[in-house]
Amino acid sequence: MANPSAVCNGHLHHHHHHQKQNNLTKSGLSKKNGITKGMKKNGVSNGTLYKKTFIEHFEQAPMYVAVFTFVGFAVGTIFGYLRDFMRAWGLEKRNIAAEREQQKDFVPLYQDFENFYTRNLYLRIRDNWNRPICSVPGPQFDLMERVTDDYNWTFRFTGRIIKNVINMGSYNYLGFAETDVNALKTVTIELEKYGTGVCSTRQEMGTLDKHVELEKLVAKFLGVEDAMVFGMGFATNSMNIPALVGKGCLILSDELNHTSLVLGARLSGATIRIFKHNNMQSLEKLLRDAIIYGQPRTHRAWRKIIILVEGIYSMEGSIVRLPEIVSLKNKYKAYLYLDEAHSIGAVGATGRGVVEYFGMSPDDVDVLMGTFTKSFGAAGGYIAGKKDLVDFLRTHSHSAVYATSMCPPVAEQIIRAMKCLMGLDGTTQGLQRVRQLEKNTRYFRRKLHEMGFIIYGNDDSPVVPLLLYMPGKIGAFARRMLEKNIGVVVVGFPATPITESRARFCVSAAHTREMLDTVLNALDELGDFLHLKYSRYSKSSHPELYEESRLELED
Amino acid sequence: IIRLLFSKTYKLQERSDLTLKEKEELIEEWQPEPLVPPVPKDHPALNYNIVSGPPTHIITVNGKECINFASFNFLGLLNNEKVKSAAQASLKKYGVGTCGPRGFYGTFDVHLELEERLAKFMRTEEAIIYSYGFATIASAIPAYSKRGDIVFVDEAACFAIQKGLQASRSNIKLFKHNDMADLERLLKEQETEDQKNPRKARVTRRFIVVEGLYMNTGDICPLPELIKLKYKYKVRIFLEESLSFGVLGEHGRGITEHFGINIDDIDLISANMENSLASIGGFCCGRSFIIDHQRLSGQGYCFSASLPPLLAAAAIEALNIMEDNPDIFQTLRAKCERIHKALQGISGLKVVGESFSPALHLQLEESCGSRENDVKLLKRVVDYCMNSGIALTQARYLEKEEKSLPPPSIRVVITVEQTEQELDKAASLLKEAAQSVLN
Repeated sequence: MANPSAVCNGHLHHHHHHQKQNNLTKSGLSKKNGITKGMKKNGVSNGTLYKKTFIEHFEQAPMYVAVFTFVGFAVGTIFGYLRDFMRAWGLEKRNIAAEREQQKDFVPLYQDFENFYTRNLYLRIRDNWNRPICSVPGPQFDLMERVTDDYNWTFRFTGRIIKNVINMGSYNYLGFAETDVNALKTVTIELEKYGTGVCSTRQEMGTLDKHVELEKLVAKFLGVEDAMVFGMGFATNSMNIPALVGKGCLILSDELNHTSLVLGARLSGATIRIFKHNNMQSLEKLLRDAIIYGQPRTHRAWRKIIILVEGIYSMEGSIVRLPEIVSLKNKYKAYLYLDEAHSIGAVGATGRGVVEYFGMSPDDVDVLMGTFTKSFGAAGGYIAGKKDLVDFLRTHSHSAVYATSMCPPVAEQIIRAMKCLMGLDGTTQGLQRVRQLEKNTRYFRRKLHEMGFIIYGNDDSPVVPLLLYMPGKIGAFARRMLEKNIGVVVVGFPATPITESRARFCVSAAHTREMLDTVLNALDELGDFLHLKYSRYSKSSHPELYEESRLELED
Repeated sequence: IIRLLFSKTYKLQERSDLTLKEKEELIEEWQPEPLVPPVPKDHPALNYNIVSGPPTHIITVNGKECINFASFNFLGLLNNEKVKSAAQASLKKYGVGTCGPRGFYGTFDVHLELEERLAKFMRTEEAIIYSYGFATIASAIPAYSKRGDIVFVDEAACFAIQKGLQASRSNIKLFKHNDMADLERLLKEQETEDQKNPRKARVTRRFIVVEGLYMNTGDICPLPELIKLKYKYKVRIFLEESLSFGVLGEHGRGITEHFGINIDDIDLISANMENSLASIGGFCCGRSFIIDHQRLSGQGYCFSASLPPLLAAAAIEALNIMEDNPDIFQTLRAKCERIHKALQGISGLKVVGESFSPALHLQLEESCGSRENDVKLLKRVVDYCMNSGIALTQARYLEKEEKSLPPPSIRVVITVEQTEQELDKAASLLKEAAQSVLN
């Protein structure tokens, strides 16, 4: 196993000079000054499985950061209790809506404690979410200015519009959210021809010829036999997983799966077991135990075992370890359901998702699922795979029987975006977009590493989470970035663990180098001002400030 | 004692000691079921009717031109020029997709405007928009009703409500369709339960979920009695108005206007915009106290991309048209009554649904024994009609998943655009079809 490690080290040497100092053990974990730095590389068991090095970072922050985070939350909670106390005793005004007079003696609709977090902690920084925009969500957009007179209880629009705010928050990976008249020509025509609604379900009178065309194109794009499209990405998961599995089946789902996958799994009635995020040993152990011991208590064999994973995880930016999962799946005869919501169009040499990124064939995955909202600038989802699977879904999916089908202009947008990606419209624009996204991603991530921020996730994923940790900094970061005319997305407690609040950037192919540089400079300033540069393993981009010579780090 | 402490403990369960070889054998032997069971080629739902061109009044199904009696396009807004031009303008300004959920720069000013307009139209305080009709009620119910709460729901509730209830994990009590006595009996039983355990009763929430116009049976719920029961037993009412929004009531505000009830009495009204408004998506409206909660806890709202702005603009324009022409509701009602009368007396088929309901069912008067045969028979009727120029469809259900499966039926949908001759033609054609197929 020495060879893969040497290759790894050689590759890393190019990016991170300091690695040579660490004693990298075979498992990839190193301890330095008592601080664990987790660097996950390939070469754990099969060095030949991965065709390119797979580098993911999940650096842990220094101890004092965790302490301060907890202190911050504790202070917020104490003030929250104080405020609630004052409100209950009428010392402070109640600003929220109240129950009707006639219904005061009904059982209360919300328990006070459920909303504690919402009322006291979320409310203080509420102005960073739900920001309304009034232009196309391209690389730059126009924000409507909102002010609050009473500390975020209510908002008021001043009527002014903040123009040309750089958009680092929308899922616009390939830049198809555009209003260019030429690009949208076919969509305009179809809208004129078909109108906006469909008013019927797929099985009744709602299958238009557009849907058939779209499904054929999706199947061709992904290289599978057949595909089926649905009107909403969230609903694709929550309505088709119950059709595929039922009682007596086992679902093995990743820790950090999206709510739609969790909801679909729960609605199906199968048993759910969770394995640690991207951890193949945990998955293998669960698989072995499941087959050996069977269902709990009765020990009957499981009817089916299905593994639910995502292509790119939206909060971590990590990419699924597909080759290892496929080899496990083949060994233990399980089925694989891959949700490529963020990765379709965004990774892979020609934008075909994680399957292409790892150089595997689409036949390895049993159920390929994805959404059109992120990379194609439209709405809806699809499931693709073998013809039997899609035929079964056409007859048994909840969405085909009860839910309206996709609306025709949206279908046309997907068709044109996919044709552009595949090169069927005669230009190489699609491929250019994919390359641009790749370049932008690498540039952005490299610069952020150099500056010293803690970034999670794989080096190739366009989702870049930047860790903020402390609750106070969430609000400050987002507001100051808006002052600099940059729109960012910050996420806190319910979507992430309580100590790991983060700002999440979505790099797009439509971002130019200047826009990225503006953002990076702003981040640099803000990072120094707010002390966000926690990383201990960074290379500074201003080498002349270093006194010690770096000769010992170089080869 | 010391000897006991240090002596080896016996394992009580020997079965956990499988040798490695046995484990490997078990792994080798296990064979899972195939991922999906094979579907027979002649499954009735496998071959869809393919519509070329827009599903408007004259529809081209499988290559044949027919008059559309199958799409829920009640107010004929699917092909309306004003709606289309509003959508075009929005397309030029915003593009197609929103590229993000509502919380992360997916909120456009058209969404806010649509929410305000809907709230004003329904005369409530606030409204919230979802991007998919099915997800509206399926996300609204689990936001309020959690494990341990009690929900009384009508037997004929549609599938979306059933899924919402399943996701909420509450206790579900079904009462017979539109039977207020049955509901009262259940409520009384619950009251006696409460008296046994008053502390628990003080924290279990109670809800009644009903539909304004039932999709599965075509009749309406007796709302005034429900309101009385609500105040008597202290239960909250959730009303699902997918079919009655834009149909019932003088101005199209739904069943509350139809009965003349104060809209604040209903806790939550949920509807989808896919029927009368000819757009995609759904909305919930009610008092701010109730609706605001969904902004953080409605799963289909927080974790899913928002409605494409062109559809929101189309919905706003459709609302404008509804407000400007309140007489279309009268016209629709007259047409419904006409066809309801015309369809009475077909031998072999009976009409199920109220006289003013625009979505009727035609069921077989006597079933031939098995559901499959009924379905085949009805398919022949539908094919006969389609060959002669009237597009109809059978009502589709998922047989294994529904709680109370309605009998197979043909769905007849009346829209404002159908002329009287066409209605008469449809009625006579159905009579012919029933004669030739069923006799």
